[in-house]
Amino acid sequence: MNIRYEQIQGRSLGFYALVAGLGVLILAALGAVWHMEHNGHWVTGMSNRIVWGMPHVFALFLIVAASGALNVASISSVFNKKLYKPMSRLSGLVSLALLAGGLMILVLDLGRPDRLIVAMTEYNFKSIFAWNIILYNGFFVIVAIYLWMMFERRMNKFSSKAGLSAFTWRLILTTGTGSIFGFLVARQAYDAVIMAPMFIIMSFAFGLAFFILILMASYKWTDRPLGDVVVNRLGNLLGVFVAAVMYFVAVKHLGNLYLAENAGVENFILFGEYVYSDLFWYGQIILGGLIPMALIYHPALRSNRSTLGLASVLVLIGGVIQLYIIIVGGQAYPMEMFPGKEILEGYGGIAAYTPSLAEIMLGVGGIAVALIAVTFLVKFLPFLPESLADEVSDPHHKS
Amino acid sequence: MSKTLNRRDFIKTTTATTASVATIASGITLTTFAANANENPVTNEKRWGMLIDTNRLTEANIDGMVTACKKEHGWGSEAHSTGDQKSNWIRKLKVKDKATGKVTSLPLMCQHCEEPPCVDVCPTNASMKREDGIVLVDRHLCIGCRYCMMACPYDARSFVHEDLTDQKEDMPRGKGTVESCTLCVHKVDKGEAPACVASVNSDAVIFGDLYDANSKINQTLKKVQSAQIRADLNLNTGVRYSGI
Repeated sequence: MNIRYEQIQGRSLGFYALVAGLGVLILAALGAVWHMEHNGHWVTGMSNRIVWGMPHVFALFLIVAASGALNVASISSVFNKKLYKPMSRLSGLVSLALLAGGLMILVLDLGRPDRLIVAMTEYNFKSIFAWNIILYNGFFVIVAIYLWMMFERRMNKFSSKAGLSAFTWRLILTTGTGSIFGFLVARQAYDAVIMAPMFIIMSFAFGLAFFILILMASYKWTDRPLGDVVVNRLGNLLGVFVAAVMYFVAVKHLGNLYLAENAGVENFILFGEYVYSDLFWYGQIILGGLIPMALIYHPALRSNRSTLGLASVLVLIGGVIQLYIIIVGGQAYPMEMFPGKEILEGYGGIAAYTPSLAEIMLGVGGIAVALIAVTFLVKFLPFLPESLADEVSDPHHKS
Repeated sequence: MSKTLNRRDFIKTTTATTASVATIASGITLTTFAANANENPVTNEKRWGMLIDTNRLTEANIDGMVTACKKEHGWGSEAHSTGDQKSNWIRKLKVKDKATGKVTSLPLMCQHCEEPPCVDVCPTNASMKREDGIVLVDRHLCIGCRYCMMACPYDARSFVHEDLTDQKEDMPRGKGTVESCTLCVHKVDKGEAPACVASVNSDAVIFGDLYDANSKINQTLKKVQSAQIRADLNLNTGVRYSGI
């Protein structure tokens, strides 16, 4: 069956209310940036010990989610699963939008965002950060080409090749993002190669959760049919990804506990008296892992859109918490500068960090940028199939 | 007969003029720079280093080193920054051996590594190592991403959290960029010792060229036991310690 794509009308009160709401969040974020850049970072909770705070948590969360949101398109074009094909365009769009939001936060939290041009023209090829700049820019280009090939009928025949390149690129991109931490040899919380594959699997879960929420919301708000076949398939996939994330988290922490040099930081994160341990067990594991899996796999809740939506929201909240623990928690624990010695004075102790409102507003603003980009683009270009009813998405479906 | 200037001639003339002006001007600039530059260019035949003898260094000495550095570079008096937000180029550390209970005090600053992690991770080449081993931040290239601070094993770098006034002539600093010990490069290039070394004024801290077989630091390092902090990372630091 031919899939018909159509723009959304975007003339309803709800549409304008959504745009206005997101616009307010973006303005608030810009105000926060002005406040932080005008005064300097002393108005934030960040310091010379916690050099990356809340903005980095949101930025990396969005960047990781961005590469994962492309999965739906990849499953269709790389693994040739027909069910996912109609959603490929939206998948590419959500992916680009999330990346744009994440990068906006990252750039606006720089000490000198006015020197962005320096970052674009001066490259140190030994720096994984410089590689990431190339990977992010390349991702925009490749996914844009991929989208064009999906949109343009004459180019359709190349779309699976473009899809394969985009898929390869996104794997390298998330490896790069994970390696930002994996290569920090001096810090006990980071120096681990498992960071890269763990970030990839995190991206699968966070990206799909964003995709499910955007898909369900746009079909509900535009009164387009969305069948159970698609919804259940995506829900099951999300459950598998969440379980995989928990597996990687378990391997990472158990592996670290085995090494005496990392026992201190592991005890601090897992069993310490600081906020990070509560965040880990109650936030990341229970709220962001076990409850979503129960909501997805409980037989009584099958095909229930509200609980799947809730599960997706919890996965996202759990994701932000996970990145908070990795980024802030990992810095809060002091570096082991003198093995076998205790530092009495001058350095050490758990670094304190209280995020300021401005930092949180900047982070939320990044999410709003991603969502407003999706909202406008589905209005101006035909990203969404007119229908994703069961008989459309699954030709063999029998009702 | 007067010749009208056509477009081709105009381009030819202007190009020629521009080219000759540029050639001459670059010559002038080169000469000016050469006159200003140090007579001995920086080469990798030297490797500046420091040897700190913690057994001979008193706590008062270390406090003096910190004060001298603050005075030389003007850091530490930031008005708004609090606690860990204030710049800190050199600090006094007290460490206790877990087995013997021996307490040692030492000054800790940028260790001027031969393989500096901050230089490796810097996306824009703002963190750099001079040929003679001094690790610096080019404040014109620094975008304030703070990745170098994540990478430094010695917590030696500071981010400027606010606007600064009354800066020192030799040490321009700027809000939103990262800074750290420069080994007093402006003094070293004039043949002087870094401010912290000068403040101690005894052999408890020796500064010099690690490669020069006749230098005091080279000869002392051949005689005494010395250590690098986090030697396991293989960074080959320029700052060495004896007594820890």
